[in-house]
Amino acid sequence: MQRMIAVAAAGSLVEGRVFAGTGLRAAIGTDPNLRAKVIPWDLVLSGPEVKSLAVLCDLILPADAHSPSASAVGVPEFINEWVSAPYPQQEDDLKLVREGLRWIEREAAATFGKRFNELTEKEGIAICDAICSIARAKPEHAAAALFFAKLRDLAAGGYYTTPEGSKDIGYIGNKPMAEFPGPPPEVLKHLGLE
Amino acid sequence: MRWSVQYLLELCAGKFEGALVPVITPRKTLPVYDVIVVGSGAGGGLAGYILAKAGVKVIMLEAGRNYDPLTETPMFETTHEAPLRDAPTPDKPFGFFDATVNGGWTVPDEPYMVKRRGKEGWEEASDWDTQSATQNFMWWRPRMLGGRTNHWARVALRMGPYDFKPRSRDGMGFDWPITYEDMASWYDKTEALIGVWGTNEGMENTPDSAPGVLLPPPRPRGYEMLARRACAKLGIPMIPSHQAILTKPLNGRSSCFYATDCGRGCSIRANFQSTTVLIPPAIETGCMDLITDAMVREVTTDKSGRATGVIYIDKASGRESRASARVVVLCASGCESARILLNSKSALFPDGLANGSGKVGRYLMDTVGSDLTGQIPALENCPPHNEDGASVLHLYSPWWLYKEQRAGKMDFPRGYHIELSGGRNMPEMGNPLPASLCDGVYGKKLKEEARRYYGSFVSFAGRGEMIPNEKAFCEIDPGRKDKWGIPVLRFHWDFSERETRQAAHMQKTFSDIIGALGGKVIGSPQLDGAKAIAIGGTIIHEVGTTCMGADAKSSVLNQWSQAWEIPNLFVMDGGPFVSNADKNPTLTILALAMRSSSWLVEELRKGNLG
Repeated sequence: MQRMIAVAAAGSLVEGRVFAGTGLRAAIGTDPNLRAKVIPWDLVLSGPEVKSLAVLCDLILPADAHSPSASAVGVPEFINEWVSAPYPQQEDDLKLVREGLRWIEREAAATFGKRFNELTEKEGIAICDAICSIARAKPEHAAAALFFAKLRDLAAGGYYTTPEGSKDIGYIGNKPMAEFPGPPPEVLKHLGLE
Repeated sequence: MRWSVQYLLELCAGKFEGALVPVITPRKTLPVYDVIVVGSGAGGGLAGYILAKAGVKVIMLEAGRNYDPLTETPMFETTHEAPLRDAPTPDKPFGFFDATVNGGWTVPDEPYMVKRRGKEGWEEASDWDTQSATQNFMWWRPRMLGGRTNHWARVALRMGPYDFKPRSRDGMGFDWPITYEDMASWYDKTEALIGVWGTNEGMENTPDSAPGVLLPPPRPRGYEMLARRACAKLGIPMIPSHQAILTKPLNGRSSCFYATDCGRGCSIRANFQSTTVLIPPAIETGCMDLITDAMVREVTTDKSGRATGVIYIDKASGRESRASARVVVLCASGCESARILLNSKSALFPDGLANGSGKVGRYLMDTVGSDLTGQIPALENCPPHNEDGASVLHLYSPWWLYKEQRAGKMDFPRGYHIELSGGRNMPEMGNPLPASLCDGVYGKKLKEEARRYYGSFVSFAGRGEMIPNEKAFCEIDPGRKDKWGIPVLRFHWDFSERETRQAAHMQKTFSDIIGALGGKVIGSPQLDGAKAIAIGGTIIHEVGTTCMGADAKSSVLNQWSQAWEIPNLFVMDGGPFVSNADKNPTLTILALAMRSSSWLVEELRKGNLG
């Protein structure tokens, strides 16, 4: 994680090298050590791009009484890990995310005369409201709505796989037990199975 | 008789130390062995175990690397601890933590050839995602000790009396040269050896085990209890599944501790893997040597047409090596064993070995698969509780429409069983909410919805019988070779209406069950069977290709998995299967290998095999 953040901060320098095909895009491979997490590719999003992502991710998954915000648990950095990976799906996602971030900047400038990062929460929400639904988006927002849906998927996946997100959603497994007890009484009651 | 149940149970009771398996190099092998076993998965592992325990000198050759589940298995690692949060990638198509080593839908340096939807001609297989794939067939291969037993779903269902005589019942496909009664005691011995939980329900064509053989099943999860109630309304039975997972300690192995995914393998040896259950005790006898990274190219024969050994490529050096033995047993997986036979050409056998019938590679089968997911309001906002269980299904529905079929009320023959999944699993990469439930939703509302809907989705997967046909087979590609210079396979595939109608029936049934649960189908049921059916090979139940049968004209092997033409050559993987009942094949591969290798021991003793 430390390495990832450092690389992200290096910004566009990294970006140029990665796409030059210099071997910095190593893949996981077919026989990795499953007990050690290594990210063998460099991160391609620039510092400002990750900052914009952080603002967007926190609008999508803000802090509430149950759990912290997306940026507090490393979701923007994870999305950078994701879109930087040398696989077809992730390469498509990188394109979508980059174009979306450019659109967001243009929209912030056109509507509020500011950079996206400088918007108030209310202004950010106004932009998100226009693109948060593929079904309801105006035709001129269709592409941005696809970007938002993708980002919501990536952010939610990144968020709920963290210890904090996992706890918030109510996952309490991954603990050894001698016998599997089945559903406890309050669950049987909830399910009408008493 | 040495091979009584009692004897095997005593064998199994012996404790053994796991699992660091010593592997020898080609230089240290004996000049001649009794038996060469090619492959170390379900068939190879069991054959090696039976032979070595009987004092037969065995050399096992595995095309993949050595693998130690005790140290290599990620047990409590969370998805957070994997690159891309364990999401599937072309390198690891079932996710980072999946046990499969150097394999998946493609294997580095070892291509196979397929046809692509809407395109003429052959091309190299490259698809890695079954949902978007356009190949006619997908072939899952690992390259590791223990093969596919390291990651399988551990569904261990017996074939029933009907399943061995399908042609006699409905005139389609072929009959096996053996009956269920021939197999029943071997199923008992196999289950006692590997450990299978389940119950005896006395249901039609869903055999009971001998008393005391099965381990008790774990309690069902909440969503499984709901599904069972909903199925009852529709007349669909739902009973404990049979799984090769220990719920009580067995033979020095611990019982399941109801955490971590079986697909990663199991470092406490609670589930069945050849690498933890069969290979260590076989090696411990001192009678079995093992060479890994040994890719067998062909079986060698002498002038009289008897097998003399194999030629393999030592992958570490790239050098060609030989192993010699009195008997060769192929357990490389159905298609890989067929490939070895077809590549074993000589003046005596110009069409490949054991192929006088022309049936090697023929009648390749997979399982009919189709699934559907529903969102169940009754499961929303459930109090948090631990639903990991044994990671796999605790309940399933065996095929239930035998009566309707006999009455001519069904538009397809044979049947399928239903496997279900769902629950409050460890969160994976991906939105916990499907697009239909989160369009327009973000912010605190999104987090509320995630909490509300988590654990409220239940998926139903149909696993049904495919009837062998003339258009589904593998053969040697005339041009392509792999990195080792070995000619590769190309795959022909066809499903008939017998299969596609079954897939459509699955979709309708699952939609009805989801309805009876008061739920909504995610997306919509696909009632066009040709679109509902999973691509051939993707259920990873690769059987057929070296079928056993009643005579040398119509089959490759006899009832003992012995080649009709070459008495000292056997195939003991999924290849001997004559039909592919809806019962997942691994248990039958194991039981057949036990029956055949026990017979092989006796033949060796009698001096019948040279």
